[in-house]
Amino acid sequence: MIEFKNISKSFGDKLVLNDVSHAMQSGKANLIIGTSGSGKTVLQKCLVGLFEPDQGEIIYDGISFTQMNDDDRKMLRQQIGMLFQGSALFDSMTVEDNVKFPLDMFTNDSQTTKLKRVNEVLERVNLVGSNKKFPSEISGGMKKRVGIARAIVLNPKFLFCDEPNSGLDPQTSMLIDQLIYDITKDFNMTTIINTHDMNSVMEIGDNILYLKDGKKEWTGNKKDIIFSENENLNQFIFASEFLQGAKRLRMMEEKR
Amino acid sequence: MTFFTHLGRYILMLKGMFSKPENPKLYWKEFMHQCAEIGIGSIGIVSIISVFMGAVSAVQTAYQIVNPFISKTIISQIVRDTVILEFAPTLICIVLAGVVGSKIASELGNMRVSEQIDALEIMGINTKTYLVLPKIAAAIVTVPMLTVLAMLLGILGGRLTVSLSGILSTDSYDRGLRELFVPYNVFFALIKAYTFAFIISSIPAYFGYYVKGGSLEIGRSSTTSVVVSCIVILFADYILAALLL
Ligand SMILES: Nc1ncnc2c1ncn2[C@@H]1O[C@H](COP(=O)(O)OP(=O)(O)OP(=O)(O)O)[C@@H](O)[C@H]1O
Ligand SMILES: [Mg+2]
Repeated sequence: MIEFKNISKSFGDKLVLNDVSHAMQSGKANLIIGTSGSGKTVLQKCLVGLFEPDQGEIIYDGISFTQMNDDDRKMLRQQIGMLFQGSALFDSMTVEDNVKFPLDMFTNDSQTTKLKRVNEVLERVNLVGSNKKFPSEISGGMKKRVGIARAIVLNPKFLFCDEPNSGLDPQTSMLIDQLIYDITKDFNMTTIINTHDMNSVMEIGDNILYLKDGKKEWTGNKKDIIFSENENLNQFIFASEFLQGAKRLRMMEEKR
Repeated sequence: MTFFTHLGRYILMLKGMFSKPENPKLYWKEFMHQCAEIGIGSIGIVSIISVFMGAVSAVQTAYQIVNPFISKTIISQIVRDTVILEFAPTLICIVLAGVVGSKIASELGNMRVSEQIDALEIMGINTKTYLVLPKIAAAIVTVPMLTVLAMLLGILGGRLTVSLSGILSTDSYDRGLRELFVPYNVFFALIKAYTFAFIISSIPAYFGYYVKGGSLEIGRSSTTSVVVSCIVILFADYILAALLL
């Protein structure tokens, strides 16, 4: 579980996060949603320590991350997997070596064991036959999936995904959501997903934090969201006629 | 940012490099890779420059010595001393600041901008130790070797031109090389090479590691790092000469 209290962060005089508090639960898909520029990425980066928040406290499983020294943070980070919005694959390594890198660094397994594990996760993200390609030779969606494979290869306790399915087709997108959801349940991970994909929200949203202009505007789960009266949330989520229709249908279903 | 903030952050970066590697084998692999990149990768350019450097200084010395009372073997002495004292360590390192320095700065800058450094940090890897230290260590190991190579090739280049253009026979050239030879000069040149190796790797690493922004800034920081490295080399050259000669 990751709790954070009163997180604020500004760049220059621009306040990006304004007093955000929430708890991310283990074994659940915790979603951070919000329009582009609302501070989702900045919040995730504050949680893992890539940005220092100006104010507030972050607590991992009861231990204050804010007060940890560098060495303790390093130890904790070995249990964190993170998918970056831009994938952040190592340019100089092949797909296979990218995914294998955490294993090389942190395990003493034999090459065959490691390769077996690499192929296993690559298969899970539906990416076979690209092992020897370089990041510059694969598509954006494929990079995303390699990024996910690299993030989960060590079975982290905490998984951060910044827009795991942006740039993916609906089918692959569903598959990735399902994969993240399954491993979250299987390994009781604390998974935090930034998204503005409504499909993901409705499919896997166990615990949703809606950010608006850097402020916590609403929280709840995928059921609550259907019945929510919050004006901003409804405008954001059910932006199109089509989605509004879907909401009405879902409401009727749930009421029955 | 002021000079002192840069200096402070530079020193902190150097201090941060010394931490226990998570997996020594991978660090060793990275070090070897950098030795190949920096050392073997620069052999070509260093060879070409040294040969011509030696050749030109031989021809020019010969051109300036018109006095028949001076023995012509002085040509090889002058070539030897300028190549060993100044050309091989300083000139070669300035060239390497361009070749190696810009490579280091842009490699790290690209990793920073595309969040690869963040990705490593998140895995729990000290990126200063994993990315910066092997580069500096590799430069310190290989650049002095390149300097020695440059000395040999420079002197050889001089020998080649004097004999080809008939200024001096190779025998007299070789005799001149052995006259009034001061071994301390080689030692001094190596001290310079080690110092410069540290400069041309750590300064670009600093500028690359702390890049902010996009690809435009990568180019800019790599240019800045080369300029700063060159100035610091010349400055250090002067200090070392004043201290050690
Ligand atoms: N390093 C930075 N320096 C200055 N401002 C920043 C920095 N990173 C983000 N910001 C600002 O913070 C705000 C929130 O950015 P953030 O990347 O968190 O948005 P987001 O919710 O992730 O959007 P998207 O859905 O498009 O990814 C933006 O206005 C951005 O300009
Ligand atoms: Mg974002």
